[in-house]
Amino acid sequence: MKRTINIFGSIDWLMVIIYLFLVFFGWLNIFAVGYNEKFTTIFNLKLNYGSQLLWILFSFILIIIIFILDFKVFPFFAYIIYGLSLLLLLLVLKFGTEVNAAKSWFRLFGFSIQPSEFAKIGTSLALARYLSGYGITKFTLKTFGICAGIIGAPFLLILMQPDPGTALVFAAFLLVLFREGLPGWILVIVVFVFALFLFSLLLETGIIVTALIGIVLVFHFILNRKPKVFFTSLVIFGIIYAGLFLANKYLEAGIRYDLVIILALVISSIIYIVLTLKHKVKHVFVLLIFLYGFVAVPYSVDFVFHEVLKPHQQKRINIMLGKEQDPRGYGYNVNQSKIAIGSGGFSGKGFLDGTQTKFDFVPEQSTDFIFCTVGEEWGFVGTSVVLLIFAGLMVRIIIVAERQRSKFTRVYAYAVASVLLIHVAINISMTIGLFPVIGIPLPFFSYGGSSLMGFSVLLFILIRLDAMRKAYL
Amino acid sequence: MDQHSDRKFIIGGIILLITLIILVRLFFLQVIDTSSKLSAENNSKRIDFEYPARGLIYDRNHKLLVYNQPAYDLMITPSDLKPFDTTELCDILKISRERMKEGIKNSYKKLRDPFIKQLSPETYAVLQERLFKFPGFYVKARTLRKYEREIASHLLGYVGEVDEAIIQADPNYSLGDYIGISGLEKSYEKVLRGEKGQKVYLVDVHSKVMGPFQGGRFDKDATVGRDIVCTIDADLQEYGEKLMKNYKGSVVALEPSTGEILAFISSPFYNPSLLIGRQRTQNYLLLQKDTLQPIFNRPLMANYPPGSTFKTINGLIGLQEKVISTQSEFYCDLGYYSGRVRVGCHNHHSPLDFREGIQNSCNAYFCNVFRRIIEDPKYGNVTEAFNNWRRHVVSFNLGSRLNSDFTNELPGFIPQSSYYDKYYGKNGWKALTIISLAIGQGEILVTPMQMANMTSIIANRGYYYIPHSVKEIQGQNNIDERFKEKKYTTIDTANFRPVIEGMYLAVNGGAGSTAYWARLPKIAICGKTGTAENPHGEDHSIFIAFAPKDDPKIALAVYVENAGFGSSYAAPIASLLIEKYLTDTITRPWMEQRLLETNLLYKN
Repeated sequence: MKRTINIFGSIDWLMVIIYLFLVFFGWLNIFAVGYNEKFTTIFNLKLNYGSQLLWILFSFILIIIIFILDFKVFPFFAYIIYGLSLLLLLLVLKFGTEVNAAKSWFRLFGFSIQPSEFAKIGTSLALARYLSGYGITKFTLKTFGICAGIIGAPFLLILMQPDPGTALVFAAFLLVLFREGLPGWILVIVVFVFALFLFSLLLETGIIVTALIGIVLVFHFILNRKPKVFFTSLVIFGIIYAGLFLANKYLEAGIRYDLVIILALVISSIIYIVLTLKHKVKHVFVLLIFLYGFVAVPYSVDFVFHEVLKPHQQKRINIMLGKEQDPRGYGYNVNQSKIAIGSGGFSGKGFLDGTQTKFDFVPEQSTDFIFCTVGEEWGFVGTSVVLLIFAGLMVRIIIVAERQRSKFTRVYAYAVASVLLIHVAINISMTIGLFPVIGIPLPFFSYGGSSLMGFSVLLFILIRLDAMRKAYL
Repeated sequence: MDQHSDRKFIIGGIILLITLIILVRLFFLQVIDTSSKLSAENNSKRIDFEYPARGLIYDRNHKLLVYNQPAYDLMITPSDLKPFDTTELCDILKISRERMKEGIKNSYKKLRDPFIKQLSPETYAVLQERLFKFPGFYVKARTLRKYEREIASHLLGYVGEVDEAIIQADPNYSLGDYIGISGLEKSYEKVLRGEKGQKVYLVDVHSKVMGPFQGGRFDKDATVGRDIVCTIDADLQEYGEKLMKNYKGSVVALEPSTGEILAFISSPFYNPSLLIGRQRTQNYLLLQKDTLQPIFNRPLMANYPPGSTFKTINGLIGLQEKVISTQSEFYCDLGYYSGRVRVGCHNHHSPLDFREGIQNSCNAYFCNVFRRIIEDPKYGNVTEAFNNWRRHVVSFNLGSRLNSDFTNELPGFIPQSSYYDKYYGKNGWKALTIISLAIGQGEILVTPMQMANMTSIIANRGYYYIPHSVKEIQGQNNIDERFKEKKYTTIDTANFRPVIEGMYLAVNGGAGSTAYWARLPKIAICGKTGTAENPHGEDHSIFIAFAPKDDPKIALAVYVENAGFGSSYAAPIASLLIEKYLTDTITRPWMEQRLLETNLLYKN
């Protein structure tokens, strides 16, 4: 059954107001970056703040189009939109313009378009469409596999540009899957693997492997509660390890410490499996699979870090981890950015009065580092207000999501919230040195047409869908 | 059904947790930690200094001694650099390609450091015409010292760049500033340096000027340093250096009526032009390594025994304490003998009265005088009598610094009774134990400056002004008050007359006069020779003198190291200097000739 609905009455005006505030405040900060004494008019397309006005106008037109279109086109064309965005990602690999050593931009009629921004919309729609399909009531391995495929395809294509930063954004969709029934432990394991990833960069492989064996032994004890078995496993490993260690030392074989442990681990786990088959100890295989999986992480990290990542990315990670101090080199951005934000103090230096901002001390000031301007000119008052408004928007989206009768809208809403969360968290964290510098924009704030229009469309499809929530009964 | 609805709380919780973490971090960065405010200011502020020219230095007759020459620091604004002909620039500057690369690289890091410091005017002249070919390079004018007459290096001192310690201690200085490091340049630094001007700009990341900082509130113009007229007579100084050139030693000449230093010679000396500009450090090291120690400031830092010149002081004390009179006569049989003590003397007639004692520099005479002073019954014991003797001696400003306007002065040494108590035990010493003090040997040490002042006191018949080196300061009515204060010794004016007469006889008395060589027909010179025993080699030749006798215009002390008796070298040098200063002519070219043709520099 379908009722006639007053669209304007059902629009979630709170989200619209927050959107307008963020876009306007974002523009003010872009204006502050570009402002100087020679200022004549804000409608100067040669300057960032001038063209950003144009992007805002375009975004508004897109929003109007979204409202003119029937809301059903979004679920209906979801796969097609997704497919198109994948096609664009393929094409950009071939015909894209290289910027910062990555092919992620199309250059058309003087405009630059970044297809990865549209891939976020496509992936959100496709996920929503798939998960709201008939028969998806339980989150099975097959469901997970297909979802992983939907997320994985654009992820890999973007990684090939290579733009690992933007690719990382797609990890946010795990939160959507979690809401729709993805077992929590997968999320925990993903977080654990990410932590392991960071620790692998910081610590010796041998130490990590030892720690992992210890953790698994503890889990082994908790799951079985059989002290005898626990100590047996400990003793078996201990004896073999000690034997190998001494042999390595006195035979002067010169094998690396971590490899000795792994060898001990392999031998002792084979003996242990044979023993446990007799005593019917539970979870041994699962635990061992995880253990070997985790042990593989530091080695793959080593490989990824040295073979996949580019030197500048390695540097940035090292700087974030505190392994390198180089404020004039790769650490320059973060250092300058922290100085700019920190110098704003509690109440800021005032609109248009930020010296760090105006005089180009922070690179990429209007795009990825726009938050510095907020920090310098508006102080802690400004940064906390912006942060809380973003948080408010995300919470609002979750509330909106939860009031949907349509699963499609709910999944889509969570996708929007997750993408916003990862963008805001990473972007702001990198400006204050909590995260390595990866070039992803601050939604609605950062200068750039693709980003602004992409996020506007992403959000307003949700607002459009939400406005029609009563259409579903 | 939707069985995972509760997970909205977990997801909401994640959002709020991340928000909280970032919020806390922002609070620390923006509110708690204040270091970035400073960094931001340093980042965006550039101070351009305008360096004033240092004040000039004139001699007492207003002849120019020290002035300034322009020097040019070549600077780089990295943001304005464009490709240029590096070979041409390397050729002009006479530097290697590597040096060029290094310098350009550095300019990005340290914007205010000069690319090349102190280009010579010649290089600058060539560069200036072609500077337009090298965008991004510009020249900043500085000044270096230049010497009109390359004399008096020890008195004038030199100027160098400030180091980290100075910058830390005094906020007036910043990296690249010059400061007086020794001599007048140091003691009158505040007068000479002027006031540095500055312009504070706001700059962008390329150090491009964006406008004045806070509306130019901190800008100020440079004020040129003030000039100084020093007390040196440049002609006398120059002549003295010419005479001393082949000798180690020092000459200090004072004007007794004012305490003004007329000549200040430390030989061997160095050319002050060596210690300016880029070559300063290198040349300084060379001078430092020189075994003749040309940077050693002998007039202020060399400690010698005063030798026989000190007999004048013992004579004065004897007269003042009335243990002798001018009629007191003592026998001398080629020396003074008492028990195991034996002080030799030279051959002269005997007995001698007071004036003759000084004229002949009789050791026996002054051993007797000294013994009478120390064994004076009115003091009860030796220690008291010695302390009284010492009180008289230090009233001549011996054994302590003069606290004048020169730096690095040493105090010399006049022992206290406790010194001998420690050495010989309490009551373990008597007059004979320390009898060498009678003839200016033993433990006492004085600097040539103190000797000159002592001579000046005798010339003045009992008072002095602290010897000083500056006569006038531009923009200031008076020099320091302490140089205007007449200081009296403990000796009555009347007692100086016999000493002065003895000194007159020493020069002009004919037979038996120890300083016969110093006499001048038209000028009444009073003098006293001395020989400072030198355990390391040949004794040092000393001569103190003043002239004219009744209206002293100049008093001086001359030390010539390893030259033997005072009459041999020190006396003729003093005599020539007096003649030069008072008459501006030299009537004894043969004497001058002899001094110029001998070289004792390498003698020990």
